[in-house]
Amino acid sequence: MARITAGVASSHVPLLGVAVDQGKTRDDYFGPIFAGYDWTKKWEEEQKPDVVILVYNDHASAFDANIIPTFAIGCGESYKSADEGWGPRPVPDVEGHADLAWHIAQSLILDDFDMTIINEMDVDHGLTVPLSMMFGQPEKWPCKVVPLAVNVVTYPVPSGNRCWALGEAIKRAVESFPEDLNVQIWGTGGMSHQLQGPRAGLLNREWDNKFLDLLEQDNDDARHIQHIEYLRETGSEGIEMVMWLVMRGALGQKVKRLHRHYHIPCSNTAIGHIVLEPAE
Amino acid sequence: MTDTSAKQNIHEYLAEFDDIPGTRVYTAARARKGYWINQFAMSLMKGDNREKFKADERAYLDQWKLSDDAKEALLARDYNRLLDLGGNVYFLAKLFSTDGLSFAEAVSTMTDMTFPEYRDMMNNGGRSPQGNRSIKGGY
Repeated sequence: MARITAGVASSHVPLLGVAVDQGKTRDDYFGPIFAGYDWTKKWEEEQKPDVVILVYNDHASAFDANIIPTFAIGCGESYKSADEGWGPRPVPDVEGHADLAWHIAQSLILDDFDMTIINEMDVDHGLTVPLSMMFGQPEKWPCKVVPLAVNVVTYPVPSGNRCWALGEAIKRAVESFPEDLNVQIWGTGGMSHQLQGPRAGLLNREWDNKFLDLLEQDNDDARHIQHIEYLRETGSEGIEMVMWLVMRGALGQKVKRLHRHYHIPCSNTAIGHIVLEPAE
Repeated sequence: MTDTSAKQNIHEYLAEFDDIPGTRVYTAARARKGYWINQFAMSLMKGDNREKFKADERAYLDQWKLSDDAKEALLARDYNRLLDLGGNVYFLAKLFSTDGLSFAEAVSTMTDMTFPEYRDMMNNGGRSPQGNRSIKGGY
């Protein structure tokens, strides 16, 4: 039987990908950011997950303004790095797990989540930066990936409550897959940041850390945070944190925190990272 | 426990967004208005299109269903104006990249700071949420 063994959350700032690709991860600016991922890199080498369900948002790369899926799951065999205007990141292709992905997609639909199925797409920094942060620069990514894209761009985006419930349903789906697989779920994006308008540059260390505290607790209070609170407190792009709730919802009620890291700033953004495992 | 069965009314939900200082939340209304601005920006993901755009920006823009306002704002790289016209920052980012601007530098042009001032603010902890959460509430 497949099982979800851990949850990882991380910011996915594109500049982190640039730092990796240009070998700047230990300079004065990026050093303190990447130092907070050293623990996780080592831990991932020991954990050797077979598959990562990677919850992220597409930044106008695979999906244009035409089609806006609220929840989309990648069921393809592999995905290439997207050209976001600079040329594609020089990272390995991302190998999918079509059997597990289709199983999750079908299970979620029967569980009342009306998923959009994606067979072919390119994946942008939202998906490839977290892989680089956790795995560095291997020739080939060490695990398969099921991309799960959430609309956090065009409002209304899904509620925190719905994202948490999707996580719960993903847990049920994974646990009904007959093959013995070590599956992790990652929630990406955040933390506080605003990339637009005169208020751009807003960061909120206090709120971000309260959110991290909430994720570690044995309750589901975080699912009830309303969109307006994310917008007021964490900037217009801080709403990406609802994707962390998909990860948290998939871990069950009790979790153990294994690692946590917070750093301000990276470009326009507060960097947050947490590693949790189910505690029952 | 909070009652999660209480669904938000869409009008009340959207009205709250107008109370956030210096922010244009990318609502469906903005997405409709800015559709072709965003689709134009999307086209810059292809290297060939970037070259054509750079060779003659106005001629390239003339191929899209854009208002004169939108074309002027795009030519001027007036990003706050583009947000008002329904542009979204993740689409407009293709234009930042085409211009060779970092995200932070492009974003700084939407504030009242120069890029060095903006960068200093970020390195010193970013813009404080204090006084920046609500227009009506002033908190």
